[in-house]
Amino acid sequence: MSAVPDMAGGAKESVGKAGALPPSQLVELQLRGVSRAYGSYTALHPLDLTIRGGEFVALLGPSGCGKTTALNCLAGLLPLTAGEIVLDGRRVDTVPPEKRGFGMVFQNYALFPHLTVRGNVAFGLKMRGVAKPEIARRVDEVLRLVRLGEQANRHPGQLSGGQQQRVAIARAIVMEPPLVLMDEPLSNLDAALRLEMRSEIRRIHQEFGLTTVYVTHDQEEALSLADRLVVLEAGRVSQIGTPSELYEHPADPHVAAFMGYRNLLALDVVSARGTAAVARRGGLRVAGTVVGGARAAEGQEVTVAIRPEDVRVVGPGDQPVAEVVADVVEYHGRVLHVEAVTREGDRIHLRAHGQVRPGDALAVAVDADRALLFPKESAGSGGSGRAEAAS
Amino acid sequence: MSGLPLSTTPAAPPGTPARAALRHRLAERGVDRTLLLVLPAALSVVALFCYPFLYGLQLSFQPAKGGVFGAYRQFFADPFSRKSVWATFSLAIPAALINVGVSVPISYRMRREFRGKRLLLALLVVPITLGTVLTAEGVLEFYGPAGWFNRTLHLLGLADSPVQLTMNYTGVLLSLIISGFPFAYLLTHSYLSGIHPSLEKAAATLGAGWWQRFRHVTFPLLLPGLMTTFCLSFVMAFAVFPSAMMVGDPNGSTHVISIEAYQAALERFDYAQGSADAMIMTALMLVVLAAVTGLRSRLYRGSTGGKG
Repeated sequence: MSAVPDMAGGAKESVGKAGALPPSQLVELQLRGVSRAYGSYTALHPLDLTIRGGEFVALLGPSGCGKTTALNCLAGLLPLTAGEIVLDGRRVDTVPPEKRGFGMVFQNYALFPHLTVRGNVAFGLKMRGVAKPEIARRVDEVLRLVRLGEQANRHPGQLSGGQQQRVAIARAIVMEPPLVLMDEPLSNLDAALRLEMRSEIRRIHQEFGLTTVYVTHDQEEALSLADRLVVLEAGRVSQIGTPSELYEHPADPHVAAFMGYRNLLALDVVSARGTAAVARRGGLRVAGTVVGGARAAEGQEVTVAIRPEDVRVVGPGDQPVAEVVADVVEYHGRVLHVEAVTREGDRIHLRAHGQVRPGDALAVAVDADRALLFPKESAGSGGSGRAEAAS
Repeated sequence: MSGLPLSTTPAAPPGTPARAALRHRLAERGVDRTLLLVLPAALSVVALFCYPFLYGLQLSFQPAKGGVFGAYRQFFADPFSRKSVWATFSLAIPAALINVGVSVPISYRMRREFRGKRLLLALLVVPITLGTVLTAEGVLEFYGPAGWFNRTLHLLGLADSPVQLTMNYTGVLLSLIISGFPFAYLLTHSYLSGIHPSLEKAAATLGAGWWQRFRHVTFPLLLPGLMTTFCLSFVMAFAVFPSAMMVGDPNGSTHVISIEAYQAALERFDYAQGSADAMIMTALMLVVLAAVTGLRSRLYRGSTGGKG
């Protein structure tokens, strides 16, 4: 055990100065083939990821996709089944959580209910044996940063959800950890507070020069916060890339669905020229772009992904994609969110600016560059190839 | 108010509103017909506890000689009966402390899953089903001078003559631990499982080793529960009677208050003295309970969940 690098000691020496945009303490964190299995069930397939210092990386996916497993493996709360985690050349996956020195923010905050806000934030420093005046100074500084100076002597039970959340963050960052791990930290907050805390987290990340790994199932949260996103599905990486890469060029229908492509239609290719192809089934006929460099052959089944905001009611000169009947109309201020049904029963989500009432017959159109065609078999192998290219 | 159609019940005939209002007021205080379900229990408490207690209390003030407080004076005047207070405390407090103390590490480890956990749990809890008399018999047989325990010691060459474990203080303490431990364990286990596991995980990511995690997180949150467990274990051990008679030394080191009261009432037929002894026993028990409860109220007693 003595050969194991003590991360805690390292963190204590390189005390960053908050406020002056300190450089990250971490240069590079590598996950090499990190995987985790529970008996015969593999929760996380080998994950390769390199995180650079100062980066904000979001692990995104539906529940049960392995994102929390990955985070717990990083924190040391779960042992790895295979693979290794290397921090600036030192292997850390064999180090117990208390020696890793990573900060962690739990989904349920996990604040110590018997300690005051100050006691909670000071806990880690106390465990490390930091001198009392130094603890007081650093706790005060962090509490000011998360704007909880006035609540310092209250117990967590007396705080609102957002304040508890900030205590949890303060408790993690007061250690000035090389890496902060956040496990769906906003999922227990109401919508307005979630927006507020989102910008707060981003602000703290920048102000402290933190390196953050953030787990969420909310793509909006991930897109707005992260420098880079890792989309997971069923324990495997679907795609790694910047928010705009994922938003503009999703690698597979699963990522597309996460990135707001609500219309996922199974169609058959009727003609293909290069990456341009036309697919149809029933009353639907869509001209789109084939994704992933693959060629679509005639007769092949494809999944067509289209965002609701790219579907419009036909104007003059438009080639209609389908004739539909509006079914559900939701009012969203400037636009109406319309869920319409084709004669065959396919559901199309679109945005309408004019008057649309349930039962209205509409003809809708989509630009060819806005309709993404995913050949069926590329969902597995093609998807992971794409993920490597993006990383 | 009159503009709101639902604010009053104008259709009700005169005379009834008062009754309806009373029923409403009672319902607001939680008094309704389902409260009758409590009645059988309440009646039996009155008949089987309150009445005998008060009867015994008034009886204790009517001794044959010595005035109103004669029986109480008699108890403290006689060195033999006075010593029973010490005998009772010296059994009940160590027994309760050992039961609570031993159940903490066991239930701490039993939180995690392991092979054979259910079997171990069953073994730990089985003594609860044995009566105190059966336990005492068992202690007598097993730890007695010719019992398996001493025979094993002899076979292993660890003792030349049998170790005296029965008919004395040790025997009673053993039987109190055997019969009291399951209660203490079950209570401690439920208190411990009420502490959210994420708290210890959080402490670990903050650099706390296992001892620090226990010392600074789990123990402070568990302490109020341990105090309650101590109180219950103490009360059970304080009323020790069968084992003190059967495996103890009822006329010496294990002459506890309950034996003193028994002998006064049923051997000397001095009911007033027996009642007074029982009252003294109750008062002493209440003093300890009040002290522990007072201490407990000064601790943190809020939620022990992850959300604070």
